[in-house]
Amino acid sequence: MKLSEIFTYDGLVPELCAGTCEGVIRELLEVLAKADRINRQDRQQILQALIDRESNGSTGFGKGVAVPHCQHCAVKKTALAIGRSTAGLDFKALDKAPVYSVLLLLSPADDQDRHLQAMELIFRHLQRASFRKALRQAHTPEAIRELFAGIEAFEAD
Amino acid sequence: MSFSQELKPSKQTETADFERLPAMTEETLADSQEIAQEVRIPNSLGLHARPAMQLVDLANRFDAHLRIAKGKQLVDAKSIMQVMTLAATQGTMLTISAIGSDAPQAIDAMAKLIAEGFGEE
Repeated sequence: MKLSEIFTYDGLVPELCAGTCEGVIRELLEVLAKADRINRQDRQQILQALIDRESNGSTGFGKGVAVPHCQHCAVKKTALAIGRSTAGLDFKALDKAPVYSVLLLLSPADDQDRHLQAMELIFRHLQRASFRKALRQAHTPEAIRELFAGIEAFEAD
Repeated sequence: MSFSQELKPSKQTETADFERLPAMTEETLADSQEIAQEVRIPNSLGLHARPAMQLVDLANRFDAHLRIAKGKQLVDAKSIMQVMTLAATQGTMLTISAIGSDAPQAIDAMAKLIAEGFGEE
């Protein structure tokens, strides 16, 4: 599995408008709906699943990143959307610090292994300060795609 | 086994940030012995984010240096970012290892949490 495969084409919100966790998730789901990765009529259900997950414990894992995620039967293919916040969001993060990058991951309900692999992939990269910095600096979907392509070319070496 | 070498991903020019892992001095290493225990992930959803956070929360209540290994992969049990990279599915064998004064208690507590499936099926 590769970041470039799961990152939805045009799946970037360059500047998140919402100030709340729910609002941010809504914005990112809108992007996924526009890209036809989810059906519009399923949005509310998926939103609820993501919010339920957040209420079980914030996915603001620290170091300025949050990874809201869920597995849902309305999701056909693993999909990643990314949102940026210049000012920083209150995501009730574990380290109580503001969140600057939100990575929303949706996985199909029936493949637990693949969901864990996608989380592993995301966290393997998020561990690195340079990756987090590059994410914060990528203002366009093209810049995100270039970032991922660069990493994958390096890893394939 | 060297900590820094084992923790470093192979094909990276930079190291991940391990600022959460306190520096191991020659002194602390000489003072204590590492103990380890194998555990199997029993729950059907595996070590997903919520159990990973439970595990990291628990690890942080102890002073011991705690690490979790899956095969050759070795992570700091006190870092959620690192524990999330284990992607341990149901049935996966993990080895918890600990060095420090409360190492036995830490290992017991962590092994128990895992064996009980983090309160899941």
